[in-house]
Amino acid sequence: MNLTLKIWRQKNREDKGGFVSYKANDVSTDMSFLEMLDIVNEGIIERGEEPIAFDHDCREGICGMCSLVINGVPHGPDRGTTVCQLHMRRFRDGDSITIEPWRSRAFPVLRDLIVERGAFDRIIQVGGYVSINTGGAADGNALPIAKKEADLAMDAAACIGCGACVAACKNASAMLFVAAKVSQFAHLPQGQPERELRVLKMVEQMDKEGFGSCTNTFECEAVCPKEISVRVIAEMNRDYRMAIWKARCGSAPNVGVGGD
Amino acid sequence: MPVPASQVPSGPLASKWDKHRFEMKLVNPANKRKFSVIVVGSGLAGSSAAASLAELGYHVDCFCYQDSPRRAHSIAAQGGINAAKNYQNDGDSVYRLFYDTIKGGDFRAREANVHRLAEVSGGIIDQCVAQGVPFAREYGGLLANRSFGGAQVSRTFYARGQTGQQLLLGAYSALSRQIGLGTVRMHTRSEMLDLVVVNGVAKGIVTRDLVTGKIESWSADAVVLGTGGYSNLYFLSTNAVGCNVTATYRAYKRGALFANPCYVQIHPTCIPVTGEHQSKLTLMSESLRNDGRIWVPKHPGDKRSPDAIPEDERDYYLERMYPSYGNLAPRDISSRAAKKVCDEGRGVGEFGRGVYLDFADATQLLGEQTIRDRYGNLFHMYEKITGENPYRVPMRIYPAVHYTMGGLWVDYNLMSNIPGLFVIGEANFSDHGANRLGASALMQGLADGYFILPYTIGHYLASSKPQRASVYDAEFKRVEGEVNERIKRLLSTRGKRTVVSFHRELGKMMWDGCGMGRNAAGLKKALESIGPLREQFWKDAIIPGDDEELNVALERAGRVADFFEFAEVLCHDALERDESCGSHFREEHQLPDGEAKRDDEKFCHVACWEFTGDGNKPTRHIEPLEFESIQLAVRSYK
Repeated sequence: MNLTLKIWRQKNREDKGGFVSYKANDVSTDMSFLEMLDIVNEGIIERGEEPIAFDHDCREGICGMCSLVINGVPHGPDRGTTVCQLHMRRFRDGDSITIEPWRSRAFPVLRDLIVERGAFDRIIQVGGYVSINTGGAADGNALPIAKKEADLAMDAAACIGCGACVAACKNASAMLFVAAKVSQFAHLPQGQPERELRVLKMVEQMDKEGFGSCTNTFECEAVCPKEISVRVIAEMNRDYRMAIWKARCGSAPNVGVGGD
Repeated sequence: MPVPASQVPSGPLASKWDKHRFEMKLVNPANKRKFSVIVVGSGLAGSSAAASLAELGYHVDCFCYQDSPRRAHSIAAQGGINAAKNYQNDGDSVYRLFYDTIKGGDFRAREANVHRLAEVSGGIIDQCVAQGVPFAREYGGLLANRSFGGAQVSRTFYARGQTGQQLLLGAYSALSRQIGLGTVRMHTRSEMLDLVVVNGVAKGIVTRDLVTGKIESWSADAVVLGTGGYSNLYFLSTNAVGCNVTATYRAYKRGALFANPCYVQIHPTCIPVTGEHQSKLTLMSESLRNDGRIWVPKHPGDKRSPDAIPEDERDYYLERMYPSYGNLAPRDISSRAAKKVCDEGRGVGEFGRGVYLDFADATQLLGEQTIRDRYGNLFHMYEKITGENPYRVPMRIYPAVHYTMGGLWVDYNLMSNIPGLFVIGEANFSDHGANRLGASALMQGLADGYFILPYTIGHYLASSKPQRASVYDAEFKRVEGEVNERIKRLLSTRGKRTVVSFHRELGKMMWDGCGMGRNAAGLKKALESIGPLREQFWKDAIIPGDDEELNVALERAGRVADFFEFAEVLCHDALERDESCGSHFREEHQLPDGEAKRDDEKFCHVACWEFTGDGNKPTRHIEPLEFESIQLAVRSYK
């Protein structure tokens, strides 16, 4: 099939950027979306021009590197799917496809379709862990964990940190990402000692990074390639309120609690 | 240059590691602060090492080429991680895990290393649980297990079909904690382009900032490479597109020995190739072989749809050939069996290069919901890629390059022959011999990073008291100059062909000449063809853009250029290892039933290749493998 692509090109962080049209001809329906872009890039390189830069690595939907907005939807039209797993059989001959980078103040564009997502790492760095060093852990079976709780923790832990939730949100909120990590640990006994501290610190860092607020439109859940439920946001809100309340009563650590 | 001593401690096998830990020198806590360590790579090995070293008090600089350490390709490991916990009461033990691993590797790994791996395996599970890794659990709340290839016990721990992801996120969280504490400086989108060796000791690295193009030097008291394997030499593999050999190959060119490069694992269960456009292949976890049955039609050229082929006209060839292990025969054996039935014209799918992996019986026995719980994400992935629903029609699978057992030579302390250069995880050669068993890569990566390197690096620092070099020293400047020169040379080749097209051609050459079945004629032909294609690459490749910017074409070109040189080392190794063992199947050497025929007289050793200058054939050295505890035997899974 033959397609027309409208692709965002931007030389670097400072450049204003704009759309450029490309033709993609003889596209096989077995190709993945990124393989289609590979072929377009081959043509561009053969003409001596610079290829379209886009992030990708594992190409099996788990590393979280790929990050394209296709016709206005992060990761494209299929539910529960990263761009690298989107296949061209989803499109029709003659289609026109618009391809853009994630757009959010916290994710500046580095080049073309590549954005900088260090903000996510920094949120994890303030509290997205259990504070234990290597060595000295008790036997893995010493502490039974109900299957249901382990499953709920796993549902949240499936997050690949791609940032589609932010890209889809009209407020560029990172609530789904942050809440997924908070929820994972909230469901596990290992996460309890730092439960309050964790949510306070991570939310504070999220705000610092310039992500917006959550207004419950749930676009994040709709585009999440791992279909993480907005349930985790409700859980985080509950934990956050509890931690704030305890901090005010003096029974929780008072870290960066700006207000309610 | 002979191969240095392996440093394997004396004494009984089971107490070697204990004894060694006691004998190694320690760095006292106050002095650890004075040392700095570079860790390249942030996969399971790199992240766990960087975090553990920082916890001990060392200054760590960690580098990865992705935008975040969490993206390293360990994340894509699906099935699980082995540990000798014997939670299932099915007869597992440290010795059994050790023996299975040695046997699975066709008796081509170092005994003491493998035993140590089995010893620390249990601690890895404990550590990960403590980090909050959500392993699968039974209703009683205890950890669940499943079986993997090459073992008759259930010792594999898993987190749905995303075990690698969860373990990596555990290590990433430990690493993130240290980054937050300021003990690790993380350098993302940074690619190591060379190693700096001063007076024979590893002193630092040279990197390129992939956003700005800046070439920079970094100096430290020790350098650790956890940069993964070289499967992408074959162009099509299950590795991430960015995986490359550059870090280990550059270290090789600076004097590190490259061990057993010809040991390349071809994984039996991947989604078959559909055409020229394909950029990578996707693995379907080996865990599927717990419940799936592998078959092809009995008669060549049978083009009926699978549901129209009656039971007695199907050949469940693994169950027929290996009744005691059945569908859980090791990877190399299962891959060759698939190739064999396809060569006989019994392959399925459009190109006849595929076999069925069928869940009909398991679904009938266990119900669709159980299958969905166990493998839901894998079935989903399969459907995305092929457009077929594996709950209704059998999967079609075919072997693909997946993992490389070869890597830089290391001693028992995981140090290469260059003092101060340590190599961990898939990047080293040490634990899997000629074939790796499923769920052992995660085990080895984390064993190296959490429980082995943190001790051995301390011993090196305490006993050699290295003097830190300055990045302004002449040697750093010289290496930086060479890196710049090479980039300039790549950008000046204004030819007509894309780098990717060269890579694809090189990969095909390797798959044909040095793939699942190898023979002297094919290897010689490959060795004759690589050189001319490489020359053409340097003349006719087209690499647009310039070096002081984010340039994806340039990144790819540098990696492919190194693959071109490394390909020859691999073929030399495959040619000179004139025996079959594990994944290395020389067609000249097979038993009457088609199994690999080892030659323990001549080849019971590690082959270590030394760089001897561009254009020269590398020199082959050997480290003899001595087995104190086990008897060499013909590997049988029948």
